[in-house]
Amino acid sequence: MPNKGQKLYDKDKVIAGLVIFVILATFPFWFNLGKAASAPELELTEKAKAAEKCVRDTQYMRDEHMQLLDEWRDTVVRDAKRIYVNERNVGYDMSLSNTCLDCHSNKAEFCDRCHDYTSVNPYCWDCHIDNPKEAK
Amino acid sequence: MSDLPKPEESLSNLDHEPPQTGWLDTPIDIRKGMYCYAANPKSQKYVGFPHAREWNPVEDDWKLPENWQEILHQGFKERLDRFRSVKIFMDTCVRCGACADKCHFFIGTGDPKNMPVLRAELLRSVYRNDFTLLGKILGKLNGARPMTENVLKEWWYYLFQCSECRRCSVFCPYGIDTAEITIFGRELLNLLGLNIDWIATPVANCYRTGNHLGIQPHAFKDMLDFFVDDIEEFVGVRVEPQYNKKGADILFITPSGDVFADPGTYTAMGYMLLFHYLKERYGFDITWSTYASEGGNFGFFTSHETMKRLNSKMYAEAKRLGVKWILGGECGHMWRVIHQYMDTMNGPTDFMETPVNPITGTVFENAKSTKMVHIMEFLADLIKHDKLELNPKRNDHLKVTFHDSCNPARGMGLLDEPRYVINNVCNNFYEMPANTIREQTFCCGSGSGLNAGEDMELRLMGSLPRANAVKYVHEKYGVNMLSCVCAIDRAALPAMTEYWTPEVDVTGVCELVANALVIPGEHDRPTDLRGEDLPGWEEPEREEKDAE
Amino acid sequence: MNVKYMFSLVAVLLLILLAYAGAEAAGMKTFFGIFIPYLAVAVFLIGFIWKVVGWARSPVPFRIPTTCGQQKSLPWMKYSYTDCPYTKTGVVLRMILEVTLFRSLFRNIKFEQHGDRLVYRWEKWLWVAALLFHYAFLVTVIRHLRFFAEPTPFFVQWLEGLDGFMQIGLPGLFLSGVVLAAAAIYLLLRRMLMSEMRYISLPSDYFPLFLIIAIAVSGIMMRYFTKVDVVAVKELTLGLVTFGPTIPEGVGGLFYVHMFLVSVLLIYFPFSKLMHLGGVFMSPTRNLPNNSRAVRHVNPWNYPVKVHTYEEYEDEFREKMIEAGLPVEKGA
Repeated sequence: MPNKGQKLYDKDKVIAGLVIFVILATFPFWFNLGKAASAPELELTEKAKAAEKCVRDTQYMRDEHMQLLDEWRDTVVRDAKRIYVNERNVGYDMSLSNTCLDCHSNKAEFCDRCHDYTSVNPYCWDCHIDNPKEAK
Repeated sequence: MSDLPKPEESLSNLDHEPPQTGWLDTPIDIRKGMYCYAANPKSQKYVGFPHAREWNPVEDDWKLPENWQEILHQGFKERLDRFRSVKIFMDTCVRCGACADKCHFFIGTGDPKNMPVLRAELLRSVYRNDFTLLGKILGKLNGARPMTENVLKEWWYYLFQCSECRRCSVFCPYGIDTAEITIFGRELLNLLGLNIDWIATPVANCYRTGNHLGIQPHAFKDMLDFFVDDIEEFVGVRVEPQYNKKGADILFITPSGDVFADPGTYTAMGYMLLFHYLKERYGFDITWSTYASEGGNFGFFTSHETMKRLNSKMYAEAKRLGVKWILGGECGHMWRVIHQYMDTMNGPTDFMETPVNPITGTVFENAKSTKMVHIMEFLADLIKHDKLELNPKRNDHLKVTFHDSCNPARGMGLLDEPRYVINNVCNNFYEMPANTIREQTFCCGSGSGLNAGEDMELRLMGSLPRANAVKYVHEKYGVNMLSCVCAIDRAALPAMTEYWTPEVDVTGVCELVANALVIPGEHDRPTDLRGEDLPGWEEPEREEKDAE
Repeated sequence: MNVKYMFSLVAVLLLILLAYAGAEAAGMKTFFGIFIPYLAVAVFLIGFIWKVVGWARSPVPFRIPTTCGQQKSLPWMKYSYTDCPYTKTGVVLRMILEVTLFRSLFRNIKFEQHGDRLVYRWEKWLWVAALLFHYAFLVTVIRHLRFFAEPTPFFVQWLEGLDGFMQIGLPGLFLSGVVLAAAAIYLLLRRMLMSEMRYISLPSDYFPLFLIIAIAVSGIMMRYFTKVDVVAVKELTLGLVTFGPTIPEGVGGLFYVHMFLVSVLLIYFPFSKLMHLGGVFMSPTRNLPNNSRAVRHVNPWNYPVKVHTYEEYEDEFREKMIEAGLPVEKGA
């Protein structure tokens, strides 16, 4: 009966549909064509290098700095406490501008590289003086 | 019907809670009143169907051919290659449950295997086992099962509890159409000779004599002549139907049920009176055919091939008689076949012309290829152009509602034409609730060849949703007449109303039209076409009524 | 307890354990981070195409749209342009409504028996949940392109802004993830608690739901609770799509669970009901115009059949026909 030659019926429509499907489904493969995958290199300022240790250990800072900053904000604004004591018993002023950005004063080479890479757009910069517009 | 409990009891006995055992583990019980008798082997042999034999559904041994599993598997495979619809319907169902409570047979019986999704799963379970990877790996755990005699019996039992009404398909997010699955499944069952007699014998009759009832040409004419006499008595004019007339403008085809049983007969008289009127007033030239004397097509309930074999007569006869186009009467599945299948199967029809209404000049563009027009389209066009002299007051004793037949509603979209006609011939028209009409209409419970006598319980319980809506308008508005445009409805709905709503009668739309039609040369017409006195139209009051 | 959903639940739990143990304890990060994802994408693409091509190998012999509104017939009679389309444009619109708004499901009504009355209520919850589920899934998938594209395309950033507009917490809450999990849980509970749904459901209905819930929950965990080094994650994912796969340091087991479950979903997809994604476009009751009487539909396998001709008919009944005064072709 039908289908002896393994024929496709409504061939044009089916193939057009499949082409659209494949184009959409493989978007990441062709969008990045010819690009390297490497993660951004971060630059540490001299001051940061000299400090050796951040508020918490590096992996924690990579994973959870946003959470920490969120806690700091709430603690400062709601409880009026300004000192954060970390697991090494070292105290820090809970301030993005005065503590974090004091060492990491190179926002464009430090903060922004990862944020841009992972498409994160924190609203911290909406208020804090190191407004991205000014930094550039 | 005497076996059935009272309607109130039937209703209160209804239980839609599924049983404790899963559907794969619930054996079927082929119950009296729910199934139709097995096909008569003589009928099957006449049309050359395979494996014709005497067998009885309630006996253990169905006398299947030895390699029946192979036949089924092969048949399934071939048909998957022929029908994309079934392939997709087998693969895409997500069992969302939207269809579950849409089936009149589920609503009426509470049997979960009458949920459209499970009816399809009966086939899908075998499909999974035979044709899919996941089914082969997971087996029964994932609802796959090999074809066994019990599965086959379950198929048979439930595929003949589906009236192919397509209501579920309206609600399915993927348009899965159980009608398509039932048609497919029944075609497979027919490979093993497992048809029911209410379908097989009409098919054989239709093949031989041109109509389901096996009326031979001379008898067909006799029956219409009988109506001619009746019309003369009730209206006072003698109509002269034409038969097998070569060179007529138009060929008229309608289901033979209408020449055979009340109240369809009154619809047939309606056609005759209408054609007489058009002939007297406008010289309308239409012929009946004894060879193509069946609009309906029980082949549609058997297999695609059988449908084509029976349907071929329409075009063959049109060609032989040399008509310009074909006019089709009131019927349900007949119109699904004509609208969605005929031209594809038996066309193209270069020997006819694009249908033009000779009276109004309207070109029926929507039928320019198939060249067949529905009588409701034809009538609506005539009325719109004011070509019929109508006196709707003659139907004033009626409070009318309209039952959309499944196939014209969901396989064609004929919804407003009959309403337009009814509203022009009746003054009291009331719609049933919105979820029970138009594309959401409920089946009469007897479609797709199930209107036998032995399955009366199935039919009456299947008609419950329709009857309940009729009851609603009967109680609310006093509706006393249920109109329809389907011959199976006219055969089935009287049994439904007798059981559920005895105060409501059944009529075809053309009967209403003919009763309102003012015929040149008519006498006083104190009665309707049924010979029943028209209240307010007895002789003395006639004058007043006319003066209004 | 129900063996059908327990089976699926246990299967998903085992998959989670497998990935966690494999990546964390057995050190099979390359297997779960590189091999499986590549396999999954390949199976998904090839399987999807294979399935659709399989459907396309069968013709649509008859034009069988389900008409859900008034047909086009007489010129003055208003017809239903999208529910009973007559034109190609109408069909396209019908399909757009079907695919993007679940038009048919929107009609859903629930049958209830109140004494001797049958009533049908407009039932919108399934439609709402289905729509939320699918759109939340779509948004979530598009959002994830930030891990698979460098630089992140503008539309992804735009969508992230929209998805996170409530600015709750840090990192900001994405509504889509929560809606996805909630809608999937609703669909799951519906299946488990409604007796007729439980009756018709198969393990293959529960499995994708458990799987998707686990994917959503593991994603939500990583973003809001257990935390993950997103730069390292992106290094891995971008490595995959630029064909320079690496396994960076600092990515925890939960990420591999998430990635593995997504891979399982992709592999499962073409062999399951999830193919309704492709099937919805190809359903012959929806994607054809209701113009069968105006334009002839061609069936490629239409074959001649044995018919009972008029000649045979007349031969059998000629005498009776003549006697009844019916015209005949050949005189007796």
